[in-house]
Amino acid sequence: MEERKIRVLVAKPGLDGHDRGAKVIARGLRDAGMEVIYTGLRQTPEMVVEAALQEDVDVVGLSILSGAHTALVPRIMSLMREREIDDVPVFLGGIVPTDDVPTMEEEGITAVFGPGTSLEHIVTAVREAVANREAGAGG
Amino acid sequence: MDDLLAQVRQGSRRAVARAITRVERSDSQARDVVTVLYPHTGRAHVIGITGPPGSGKSTLVNELAKALRRRECQVGIVAVDPSSPFSGGALLGDRVRMRDLSGDPGIFIRSMASRGSLGGLARATAAVVKVLDAAGFDVILVETVGAGQAEVDIANMAHTTLVIEAPGMGDDIQSIKAGILEIADVLIVNKADRPEAANTVKALRLMLHMGESTRVRHHGHLLESGGPGGKVSEEEEWEVRVYETVATTGKGVEEVVEAIVAHRDYLKESGEWMVREQDRSRQEIEQLLQARLLEQLRQEVPQAERDELIAAVAARETDPYTASRRLLAWIKLDE
Repeated sequence: MEERKIRVLVAKPGLDGHDRGAKVIARGLRDAGMEVIYTGLRQTPEMVVEAALQEDVDVVGLSILSGAHTALVPRIMSLMREREIDDVPVFLGGIVPTDDVPTMEEEGITAVFGPGTSLEHIVTAVREAVANREAGAGG
Repeated sequence: MDDLLAQVRQGSRRAVARAITRVERSDSQARDVVTVLYPHTGRAHVIGITGPPGSGKSTLVNELAKALRRRECQVGIVAVDPSSPFSGGALLGDRVRMRDLSGDPGIFIRSMASRGSLGGLARATAAVVKVLDAAGFDVILVETVGAGQAEVDIANMAHTTLVIEAPGMGDDIQSIKAGILEIADVLIVNKADRPEAANTVKALRLMLHMGESTRVRHHGHLLESGGPGGKVSEEEEWEVRVYETVATTGKGVEEVVEAIVAHRDYLKESGEWMVREQDRSRQEIEQLLQARLLEQLRQEVPQAERDELIAAVAARETDPYTASRRLLAWIKLDE
């Protein structure tokens, strides 16, 4: 009776107050059968990483609309390495200029979802990332 | 695995988080974890927080945790939210109200989905509490799903149960119905700054007052059947009181913490602590037995056989009682 549920942290780091997108994604992942932990607005990178660690999530989703991703993402990724949870895939959604996408991927972001990305696409990407991580960890 | 559990006992947050995941994943993994950790549990004061959706449970947990931290307690928090009966997914949003606690190394918060359990908790909640207990948390706050009248499982798991009501949730008849009000060791009317709060407080105090007369009769009964030894003196009894809080500002929270501490002292001094531990153990064993029995039935009785019986009951060829007896006959009781 193994119950394998995908647990996702949906976090909003930074100071922008627009959480509509994050809530839509959280709801979509829930409807896809996942357990979504939603942090609420205005999280510091420390808060996001600590929540990811305590909740032992399979995936982290960040929503950043303020343009602060160039500062927030490197900080979050470095804290995840520090806390030894850098094997957890991180997705980034929100307003991210195309030019920044390669930098974000270099930082370790699994994928960037811009406005208009379909929920279906996101759900598939999350499932694949979880499967890859587990294959990598040897089951 | 043993490595992981050793790290749990040293209080490694990552190890605690991973052990909890295992416990949630399957009964057999929960068994492996609990068997090793159980001798190191029993120290923590487990506090249940229950009440209707929107009464302010998470916000109050946030304030209680802060107040307990000021008393130098290490605080573990387990917050349960419902799973969708359709998708099996869940949105766990209790952290939104516990923002203040983030970054405090003396606090550990874990969100759990109820995964189909109906009593207000998840099936694995008891095992999760044990992991936190073994990791050295002094106080463990367990927040149930928004509960109505029948979600009373928390009372079997917690040493102290707080029931939170918000003003304006129904007339005074609601308060004398059976259900969650009966399991309260501490009653809280939150959002006490609302104008209707005074009425709610009054209704609850009246309900408690009526309860007292039943308790006297109960004692009379005890005296008759138990002889002089069964007498419980007035001062030994815990008196349930109604507290008023405004969780968003922290008003009244310190008084609730004092009531929690007083309840713990009462449990320890009266011997009630051990009584509750035994009740909890009995309940837990019975639940595990039920789950194990069902599991064994599924393994031993061929699917076709079960389907046939189900069809026979649906077609009124046999009845559910006879069908369950026939299923039970399959189980080999040789273990």
